[in-house]
Amino acid sequence: MNNSTKFYKRLFLIKPESYFLTKVRRINWLYVVLIFLLASIGYITLYSVTGGISSHFATPQAIRFAVGVVVMITTALLPQHIIKAIAAPLYILSILLLVAVLFKGHVGKGAERWLIICGVQIQPSEFAKIALILALSKWFSRIDYKQIGNPLWLIPPATMVILPVLLILKEPNLGTAVIIGGIGASLFFVSGMRLWLIALLLLPTPALLQFGYAHLHDYQRARIKTFLHPNNDPLGAGYNIIQSKIALGSGGMWGQGYMNGSQVQLNFLPEKQTDFIFTVIAEEWGFIGAITVISLLLLIILGGMIIAILCRNQFSRLLALGISMNFFFYCLVNLSMVMGLIPVGGVPLPLVSYGGSSLLAVMFGFGLLMSAWIHRYTDYE
Amino acid sequence: MTLQVAALGELGHQLYRLQVRNGKYYARMAAKNYIRKRLITPTRGLITDRNDFILADNKENWRALILPEETTDAVATIKRFSSIIPLDEYALNRIRREIRHKRPFVPIMLRDFLTWDEMARIEFNTPYLPGVLIDVGTHRFYPEGAALSHIVGYVAPPNSKDIAHSALLSLPGMRIGRSGIEQSQDELLRGTAGSVEMEVNAVGRIISEINRVEGTSGKKICLTIDHNLQQKVIHHIGQQIASAVILNCCTGEVLAMVSTPSFDPSLFDNGVSHEQWIAWINDQHTPLVNKAVSGVYPPGSTFKPAVAMAALESGIFSTTDRVFCSGHIDIGGTRFHCWSRTGHGSVDLHLALKYSCDVYFYEVARRIGMNRIAQTAHRFGLGVSLGIELPHTRTGMIPTPAWRRAHHHHWNLGDTIVSGIGQGFVQVTPLQLATYTARIATGRAIEPRLVRAINGIETPAMQNSYWPTLNMHPPFLKALREGMFAVVNEPHGTAPQARLNLPNIALAGKTGSAQVRRISRALRESGHFNSANLPWEYRPHALFICFAPYSAPRYAVAVVVEHGNAGAECAAPLARNIMYDTLLHSTLKI
Repeated sequence: MNNSTKFYKRLFLIKPESYFLTKVRRINWLYVVLIFLLASIGYITLYSVTGGISSHFATPQAIRFAVGVVVMITTALLPQHIIKAIAAPLYILSILLLVAVLFKGHVGKGAERWLIICGVQIQPSEFAKIALILALSKWFSRIDYKQIGNPLWLIPPATMVILPVLLILKEPNLGTAVIIGGIGASLFFVSGMRLWLIALLLLPTPALLQFGYAHLHDYQRARIKTFLHPNNDPLGAGYNIIQSKIALGSGGMWGQGYMNGSQVQLNFLPEKQTDFIFTVIAEEWGFIGAITVISLLLLIILGGMIIAILCRNQFSRLLALGISMNFFFYCLVNLSMVMGLIPVGGVPLPLVSYGGSSLLAVMFGFGLLMSAWIHRYTDYE
Repeated sequence: MTLQVAALGELGHQLYRLQVRNGKYYARMAAKNYIRKRLITPTRGLITDRNDFILADNKENWRALILPEETTDAVATIKRFSSIIPLDEYALNRIRREIRHKRPFVPIMLRDFLTWDEMARIEFNTPYLPGVLIDVGTHRFYPEGAALSHIVGYVAPPNSKDIAHSALLSLPGMRIGRSGIEQSQDELLRGTAGSVEMEVNAVGRIISEINRVEGTSGKKICLTIDHNLQQKVIHHIGQQIASAVILNCCTGEVLAMVSTPSFDPSLFDNGVSHEQWIAWINDQHTPLVNKAVSGVYPPGSTFKPAVAMAALESGIFSTTDRVFCSGHIDIGGTRFHCWSRTGHGSVDLHLALKYSCDVYFYEVARRIGMNRIAQTAHRFGLGVSLGIELPHTRTGMIPTPAWRRAHHHHWNLGDTIVSGIGQGFVQVTPLQLATYTARIATGRAIEPRLVRAINGIETPAMQNSYWPTLNMHPPFLKALREGMFAVVNEPHGTAPQARLNLPNIALAGKTGSAQVRRISRALRESGHFNSANLPWEYRPHALFICFAPYSAPRYAVAVVVEHGNAGAECAAPLARNIMYDTLLHSTLKI
């Protein structure tokens, strides 16, 4: 065994018997099938959104998905300690990108969310979520049970959460900021933080909300107002919510038929290829189709949770949990938004909505999850 | 995990509520969202004369439109357009306003009624006028112009009050009849709107047509008028201020109805100018009024056959009863003059009609009373509504003591006496006179009709036996006809000028000269009175009624020449010429 073999083993083989092919075999292919199913639904729906022209949204998205699959498999084969090693640099990089987006960001619909790097538009906030999960997992896996009981040890992870939240709020992207807060809170909880401490942290929330509302952008305040009273301005700010609800409702039990949804095909729905793609499914496939998609989402979330439970070391467990919570919050916020349960805020439906950053970030997340699964028996510390 | 299942479960429940329980409500809202129903303006029905000659047509006119979305700078394009085709400030303001308020794919009218020359100029400059397109609209066209403007009428864009009555009128390009047949038959001419259901997207752009229901264009109205005959009548009347009506005695068809002066209906196309309107309103010859139905005149001596019939029917007078005419008669302390200062001697009914002896009819009126006269006149169609298909008709008036008392006046015997010769309060329209003549000629209660067929289906009145009998004793009617025959054809009749000079066809008629001003006793006794020397507006109206052929009456003609002075000299030859042309008119089909 020469040096290069040693490096190779360090890179891909945790135990000498774990060869590359063994690892590939260990990938949870059932889970991959679920992901492919969801992505196919996305492809079919994007095809319908453009009225049968695949070149507009569907094909680019399929190419991105292919790239995403490569990213996922590659990440899945990375051993956990390498992932742990890149956690901190990734986090710092994502914070830098978030800062960069504030200064050099591309303005899309009144918000600075895009950064163009090498001609590719990316949304740093999507990657910031994954980076935060990694960073928090690393932090909590390092400290022991007693230290968690000490509030002083919680100050660094709290800062890790608050920093990207503030930066993303500044962009402004309320939806993603809320999701990041949620992920942080859930990781705090599962890592053994006392409930009363979480409650204590949440205590100033009303005051923060008050403060936050005062500092919200006009369009965000308008969104909250229209959420509360959508019919005040049916053609203005309340338009999205009303049209989305009409699209959902007109789907009925069995739907209006594929490529036949009037709200979608006639452009009444805004942002139908991104944030509101679920309404397209619900209108064209009805309650049956929509509940199928929700079930699929739930299967993916629960699968991730099961992976988290089956992991033997703390880092993998927290990572898997963070990734599935991220996916869960994504779905929860997006679905609640299109059903008119919470104010509108730019959160796509993962794997289904059109958008490269979100897709790649989610696939990267699944890669991390898969890596945790493949290396679940490893307690390398 | 419970958390996730619960949360997504709640979302599923929410979805169930939206999609399944309230699904129908939202489906309705969705349908309302994307289906726009647009109505198609129906084509207005044509109006033709009896020989299918078109009197009111829909003509296409070319107009320039601009589609703002197809030009990068609409304002600059319009500026260039107005340098090619001048647009006034008013039009420019309207265009700018419409561009601001309408969606960019809605075409905006720049200029209507383009000439060939203007169209050529626009076509030539097309590269410099992006978004400008030429389109076809329709407007109403009247080929006969002023000749039939009183009958056919004209159309105008509906006002807000009209639209409140009928939603159909709110469609673009709809017109509403404002006069004549266009007004009276407006509902038939309008047709019904078709509709197109279109799928539109969120900004209202049309995506596709879902459903199309063709409307029905307006019905074609065929009139009883013969436009050639109408032109001939106009030619005969010339510059006189007159009205003439030709009726078919058996069916009541109005073959011609002329009122001069007339107006050009095409002037209403673009809206009448204020100056033109004032000129029409102030014109003492009232060009806008159809004198045949809206002009009321004292019938003068043409009323005498009606009085004669009232006398015969009363049983008080017979055809052989005689009255002595010495040129005047004193009744109730007042002297009533005959038109002949020397008097007609002893006259019976036949001679009284032939000479148009006033004294005879003064005496008749005195003895039978006003109510009998009015009753008979009404049965002849005088002073009553005749149901012709024209707006703004007047009924005229046959006065009765009861009517006079209702207006808090006394009915004097003198009123009865002057009514006996068609003066005083008696007022009739030329159309009523023609109807009255036709009723004498046929003994049937015919009414004048202008609509011959609707969409090719003849109206029932066009049948020969449609009108009921007048229930007047045939020998009495015969006596009236004989009297009227004598007026024209016997020596010393009042209207020898009206003789037809046709073999086997004779004309029977009655003259009338209706005073519009009382002649003072001093003037009359001065011996120098000649109404021809009066200013035009004080001269008597000249009237003549006639029917022909005498043996088998077919046509009735009534002519009223305003201030024509004497019926015999002015109206009788005119009526004779009209009747002559009518009888020899080859294109008349019954």
